[in-house]
Amino acid sequence: MKSKKDKLTRRNFLKGAAAGTATLALPVGTSDASVWEAFFQKHFRELNKDEVADVIKRLEEEYKEKYKKDVKVKTTDAQPGVLFSYGLDLSRCIGCRRCVYACARENNQSRDPQIHWISVLRFEQGEKFVSNLEEADKYYYPEKVPEDGHFYMPIACQQCENPPCVKVCPTKATWKEPDGIVVVDYNWCIGCRFCMAACPYGARRFNWAAPQIAKEEVNPDTHYLGNRPRYKGVVEKCTFCIQRTRGNPGRYPACVEVCPVGARKFGNLLDPESEIRYCLEHKRVFRLKEELNTAPKFYYFFAT
Amino acid sequence: MGVQKAICLLIGLGLIFSLRASPVNAADKDKIPKYSVPPAPFSEGIFPCSDCHEDMEPDPTRRELEEHTDIQEMFDHASDQRWCLDCHNANDRDKLRLVNGALISFEESYYLCGQCHGTIFRDWKAGVHGKRTGEWNGKKIYRLCVHCHNPHSPKFKPLTPLPPPVRPTEIENRKLNDDQIPRNPIGDIQ
Repeated sequence: MKSKKDKLTRRNFLKGAAAGTATLALPVGTSDASVWEAFFQKHFRELNKDEVADVIKRLEEEYKEKYKKDVKVKTTDAQPGVLFSYGLDLSRCIGCRRCVYACARENNQSRDPQIHWISVLRFEQGEKFVSNLEEADKYYYPEKVPEDGHFYMPIACQQCENPPCVKVCPTKATWKEPDGIVVVDYNWCIGCRFCMAACPYGARRFNWAAPQIAKEEVNPDTHYLGNRPRYKGVVEKCTFCIQRTRGNPGRYPACVEVCPVGARKFGNLLDPESEIRYCLEHKRVFRLKEELNTAPKFYYFFAT
Repeated sequence: MGVQKAICLLIGLGLIFSLRASPVNAADKDKIPKYSVPPAPFSEGIFPCSDCHEDMEPDPTRRELEEHTDIQEMFDHASDQRWCLDCHNANDRDKLRLVNGALISFEESYYLCGQCHGTIFRDWKAGVHGKRTGEWNGKKIYRLCVHCHNPHSPKFKPLTPLPPPVRPTEIENRKLNDDQIPRNPIGDIQ
């Protein structure tokens, strides 16, 4: 009689079948070790220093091969005592979309199929808008902005303190960093898009096809958790320009620097002297869809 | 009555002195850090003003100008109550003049604007009104008021928007050559 040990249990059978299927899914016939390395890469937060260095080296080689230029991939950690926050002055925004394209350029968003992390919504004056964005128009294209009788509200990731997208991710490929930025590991994302369904702000974007960017337009200053070039089938979103803002001194995000009316404010929520704290203390401020308890760190305000 | 008169006199004197001693901006001038601003945006070849004005007799009357007709044409800044020499200094044209008579350079013109636009000036100092570039926890580059607002016609001028996003129905799955990939309308952000 066969011992219990030798018996093919249902569990062992499934394990074997899963391993077999996984092997089949790998690109057969490739001799490129990096494909295997990428496949077996651990979760980013479980990597030790050497393993991170290996991953970065592999990615940098991959990007150099693809874009024919040196792409730097940083892994700068969050600074202690920093909680990033953003302010947007709705009384100033004129809806010119400079931020949308500056963001695309800085953060290596796919030009075809087009991906934009920021959507600028146009509302008619007096329209109900805080909890209902359905009436908004994001395809407006007049000769000049602002238009009479309208106002504009750019929306990107609200960097929630209580992010629903993180809760629903089945693989923990997206998480909130200590400085409050919600990031995505594009090598861990399986593209299930649960996070997109969970986000009440429509802030996440999916790479339906392989992202394409002209070689000369690739921004070579990148961060692993931010603007490094993405893959087909992964989700991406605003990271407060993690590659720029994480640093001492750290630069302003690209959208802040490009805004011609100075409607965008950025800083450390924990620093009482910061611009963002001044806004909170002196201006009329609201957070989008506050009733959902997502606790965004993105504040809309009216300076006038 | 003597006491009342004396009180009135004291209050009056106090008012006069406070007006004299604390012009709106000069009082906290020392408290304001030296803002790092780009050079003032002069039209080409117009500065220094003394190049032309040095030998001219200042004429403070409101009139049809023979020079600077473009400025007179666009002039829309409470124009009924204001004329050139309310802000420009008559005797040294390379300076601006505050209401208290203090002369300031064109690089400090925010003091001049702040005389009337106090709340905006307050926000600007805090970094909330107007555009900042540079480092959020380091050196911040401010802009002068006049970098965004023409001082003679300060209302912010409308801009041409960049194109709307591609509608989902228009997105195609296509492999493009490098030269066919659409270019971004905005270049590198420094």
